[in-house]
Amino acid sequence: MSYTKPLPAIDNWNRPFWDATREQRLVAQACEPCGTVFFPPGPVCPHCLSAKLSWKQLSGRGTVESWVVFHQVYYKGFADEMPYNVAMIRLDEGARMLSNVVVPNDSLHADMRVEVVFAPATEELSIPKFRPLTPGEG
Amino acid sequence: MIDDTQMRDATCFVGVGTSRYGNFPETDSYGLGIEALKMALDDAGLTKDDIDGMIVCRIPSYERLSEMIGLKNQRYGLALQSSGRMSAVSVMMATVALMTGQAKCVALVYGNNGRSVRDYYGGAPGPWAPWGFTSPGARHALMARRHMELYGTTSEQLGHVGMTFRNHAALNPNAVMRKPFSIADHQASRYITEPLRLLDYCIINDGAVALIMTTADRAKDMKQKPAYVSAIARADTYEDSSFYTPPNDFWYDALQDISGRVYKGAGISQSDVDGLMIYDNFSPTVLFSLEGMGFCPRGEGGRFVSEGHLALGRRLPTNTNGGHLSESYMQGWALIAEAVRQVRGECGERQIKDCEIVQYICATPISSSIIIRR
Repeated sequence: MSYTKPLPAIDNWNRPFWDATREQRLVAQACEPCGTVFFPPGPVCPHCLSAKLSWKQLSGRGTVESWVVFHQVYYKGFADEMPYNVAMIRLDEGARMLSNVVVPNDSLHADMRVEVVFAPATEELSIPKFRPLTPGEG
Repeated sequence: MIDDTQMRDATCFVGVGTSRYGNFPETDSYGLGIEALKMALDDAGLTKDDIDGMIVCRIPSYERLSEMIGLKNQRYGLALQSSGRMSAVSVMMATVALMTGQAKCVALVYGNNGRSVRDYYGGAPGPWAPWGFTSPGARHALMARRHMELYGTTSEQLGHVGMTFRNHAALNPNAVMRKPFSIADHQASRYITEPLRLLDYCIINDGAVALIMTTADRAKDMKQKPAYVSAIARADTYEDSSFYTPPNDFWYDALQDISGRVYKGAGISQSDVDGLMIYDNFSPTVLFSLEGMGFCPRGEGGRFVSEGHLALGRRLPTNTNGGHLSESYMQGWALIAEAVRQVRGECGERQIKDCEIVQYICATPISSSIIIRR
């Protein structure tokens, strides 16, 4: 069955991020001089403007800061998953991203600890989503 | 260098025009914009030959608009992109042109045919599309949820915003939606992007607004009593703009910065403001605007609106035309026109008593505010 959800628009800055998802790795750019880890990807560190950036493997863990639940179908590929959630996740390394949390929508809460999981999409990439961590897992 | 206080009452609105609002597939943003412009010129007692500056917003081509109306004496022109944050920016650009002698009389024209061409806000490709995140409403829902988690704000409190503005729209013959609704109606309306419901979302309609601005000295001999720009300021927040705003910010820092400048610039304080016009594309922005501008403590916007302060007859009548939630989606422009009409005392059943000073507030990545006084 073909993948019907929107695929990312790959550009020069985010290509390494999506390439890494094929290997089920979550990465983000880290500034070599100042250590800032940021997302979405860009040409320079937004803190110090250095272009000396490296792709850092992240722990894949983070904390839910906010979330929404879509009840309106905007993309046909999501139609059979209504209603679905999207959460703002602060990764432990400091960068933020939006993603889906694989959990019943009514169990989402602020400060929920989550860890990345990868949902297959195409041969070229997978979609990083998150699952809740149990208290013992950190 | 001109400081904020030197801009005080130096420029003014001398004409306003607002088109009909609705679904008009037989025309477009040019046709509607010209309809509003003719009304504004009549209101000002001017002709097109008096106009030497033209600022257009959401109308595709500024050249085509000037050609259509045969503008001969234009020395200044500018086109701004079609987002709501550009309404006060347009007024600021006109003010700068007038104060620096680039133009003597500026027409500002906004036209929107998003209803009849079925503009759809959401579903486009974007950085978060792989996760299904899209639409301005979802960005505000993300902020609303964060506000709820931090401060205990509730959906019922948000309902008071739309309910109050709908009551105002019931007094406005030109409003698109005029049937009052209750908090229970709000709670029964379906979620679009939870926690926001249908009645937390603005309407989409065709329409246009035109404003005529000139300098205070030139306005002395004109038909209308001028409505002065007592102060105007903006502040931009692009940190975390991929998420719309930093999660705990709600544009608070930007609005605080603006608050410090507009009240000093106008020589007034919050207690002198007789009415508010707040950019209300979604109900939560009203809370963010009230908090950021200092009308209530940070985090207490929900409680404040649920106490009824924004209703006509109360302390801070807000969006007396019905706002974007009920009157029209003119992206801030109709709110500025309403502010002018309120200080002129032309608003009939929805007139704020003894209205001298109205403040426009817009909480967006470009936050802005205008103090308008008679």
